[in-house]
This record gives sequence, structure tokens and C-alpha cells, in this order.
Amino acid sequence: MHKRSLLEQVGLLGRAAIDVVEAMGRSALFLLHAMFGRGGAGSGFQLLVKQTHSIGVLSLPIIVVSGLFIGMVLALQGYNILVSYGSEQAVGQLVALTLLRELGPVVTGLLFAGRAGSALTAEIGNMKSTEQLSSLETIGVDPLKYIIAPRLWAGFLSMPLLAAIFNVVGIWGAAMVAVDWLGVYEGSFWASMQSSVDLHDDVINGAIKSIVFAFVVTWIAVFQGYDCEPTSEGIGRATTRTVVYASLAVLGLDFILTALMFGDN
Amino acid sequence: MQTRTLETGVGLFILAGMLALLLLALRVSGLTVSTNGDTYKLYAYFDNIAGLTVRAKVTMAGVAIGKVTAIDLDRNSYTGRVTMELEKRVDNLPTDSTAAILTAGLLGEKYVGISVGGEEEVLKNGDSIQDTQSALVLEDLIGKFLMNSVNKDKEE
Repeated sequence: MHKRSLLEQVGLLGRAAIDVVEAMGRSALFLLHAMFGRGGAGSGFQLLVKQTHSIGVLSLPIIVVSGLFIGMVLALQGYNILVSYGSEQAVGQLVALTLLRELGPVVTGLLFAGRAGSALTAEIGNMKSTEQLSSLETIGVDPLKYIIAPRLWAGFLSMPLLAAIFNVVGIWGAAMVAVDWLGVYEGSFWASMQSSVDLHDDVINGAIKSIVFAFVVTWIAVFQGYDCEPTSEGIGRATTRTVVYASLAVLGLDFILTALMFGDN
Repeated sequence: MQTRTLETGVGLFILAGMLALLLLALRVSGLTVSTNGDTYKLYAYFDNIAGLTVRAKVTMAGVAIGKVTAIDLDRNSYTGRVTMELEKRVDNLPTDSTAAILTAGLLGEKYVGISVGGEEEVLKNGDSIQDTQSALVLEDLIGKFLMNSVNKDKEE
């Protein structure tokens, strides 16, 4: 095999960096055009409802089941540790803060990237490979407005709601395990939760996290679909990239947001 | 018909999401719509509040009757001023009632306990409780204990 000289290798590195910056620029322009570009789609509301159904409603089963089991396992583990200090009623506080601040937004983001994000990329990539996007342009319909925009908005709308449902189901599952099975006194379970959870610091900051994750995951998913190589192999690679990039983005942003929100106390 | 079920599904999803947010706000964070008419304010001055926080509960005979709404330092007496909001249903506290900072359990949170006195006059909105007992600070206790044992050694 031909051995590359050092200069060539440096050149390759520069080429890769330029490619990354170029892709980021393209995706930013793409996002701005899809969200705020001229000309509203005629039946925009109908398109939004249809996408919210396939992105939000169809993601409900995985969100509800995961939320239930994560809440239950948190309660079980928390109880086992706290009971040795005689403060098992604090399991309510532990579960609520863990779910609201971290696991709710993050796990919903990861599941959303796997379930809805990959489906979005595959669907749009398939439209591209069968030349549906270019045919739309031929008949004078902007594919960014007709195909991309409703999917973006449906993603932004669905994920914060899914995260809230995840949290509620998780806390309900924890209450079931701790109160009904393990015998924690119900009054102190809820009281310890209510005295430690703050509406602004915990509930609203968690919701802000899920809104940011919704934005990033949906953006990555539709851009990867729109930008993919229009072959079956290309669509496969783009779908993988969506899940990988979106998951990494969720975890990385989670650290930054946590440092900003909870770093000073 | 297909669109109808789709729309109903999406509508139910959005309703469920909103309901979940509402539940989180009300049930989990314990946000209550408090009206000012149902509570009245009392102040208590403590030498040391040691870990008492805002939102801590105020109890009497073990029953929660209000909460701590503010903690600040009184510039003149150099003591901690604790502002409490008590429920109107206990508006018959005698003026010589005492307030103490207590700890729930060994590791639990700090709260204010009020014990009733014997005067006939009652505390009104904006009054302050004169007779208070500060929080038990373990470091102080241990310090005193150590000093005592050192003094004893010297005497011997």
C-alpha cells in the first residue's frame, strides 16, 4: 500500500476539518431555512399533526415502559442503601430529584434519538434516494417547508412532553415499589419529595434540558437524512450517525447544562 | 376517519403531557396556591440558627402549622431573625410562647418547634417571639466537653 508522506497526512487532517466546518455551516443554514424560511406550507397544521403522531404518540410505549422500570429500580436501590441509615423515607426525595434533574431528560433524549431520530433519518433519506425531494422541487414545492419543517416542529413539541410523562410514570413506579411493596410510610414518602423538590430549580430546569435535547436530536436526525448519500448503504450509515451523534450530543450537553444550572450550589 | 383518529391521538398525547407537567408542579414540588389571607407573620430571634433553611416547617406539638419564609441577620442585636408564616387557624398563641430550633431524627432537617406559654394575650401579625432556644450545635458541645476534661486534668 502506498505510504503517505507527512505533508499529505497534514493535508488530510486539514481536509477533514474543513469538511466538518462545512457540514456544520450547511446544517445551520438548513435549520434556519426550514424553520423561518419564506412561504408557509398550505396545510401546515395537518402536516404537524401527522408528524406529532408518528414522532410523539408512537414513542409513548417505549417512554412509558422505560420510565416505569427506571423509577422502580431507583426506588429499590435507594431503599436498600437508605434503610441501613434508618432514613428510608428519603427515597421519595432521591427518586424525584434523580428523575427530574438527570434521568428524565437524558434517558428520554437517548430513547428519542434511537426511536424517533433514526426513523426520521431513514424516512427522509429514503425520500431522497427515490428522488421524491427533487420531484417536489420540480412541481414548485419547497421540500424544506413541506417535509422538514413539520418534522422539526413535531420533534420540538413532542420531546418535552415525553420527558414529563417519563418523570411522572417513573415517580409513580417508585411510589409503587417503595410504598406498596417495601412499606415506606406514604405520608413521609411524598412529604420528603415535596420539601426537597423546587419548582424552578428542579422541574423547570429539567424541562429546559429536555427542550434543548429535543432541538439538538431532531436537528441532527433531519439533517443527516437530508444530507445522506442517496443509496441504501448511505441511508444505513446516516441512520447510524444520527443515533451516535445525537446520543453523544445529549450526554455532552447534559454536562454543560448541569454545570450551568446546578454548578454553583 | 383516518385523520380523525390521528388528531384524537395527538390531542390525547398533548393533554397527557400537559397533565404530567401539572402533576410534577403540584404533586411533586408541592407548589400550593397560597393566599395571604390564610396566614400571618411572626418573627423569632435566635442566637444561632445553625442549618435552618427557608421552607423549613414550623410545628406545634408535632403538627405542622406553618413554614419559614425568610432568614436574615438583625443588624442591631447580631442575632438571626427568622420570619415564619403561620396558618390563621392557630391565631391564639400566647405572647410568652417559646420557639426552638429542633432536628428531625439524627440526620434529619432542622425545623422550628413552638411551645405554648400561659399568658392571656395572643401574638398578632408582625409580632416577635421573645423567648427562643437556639439550635443545638454539636461542635460547641464537643468543644465544651473537651475544655472540661482539660480543666479537670489540670486540677488533678
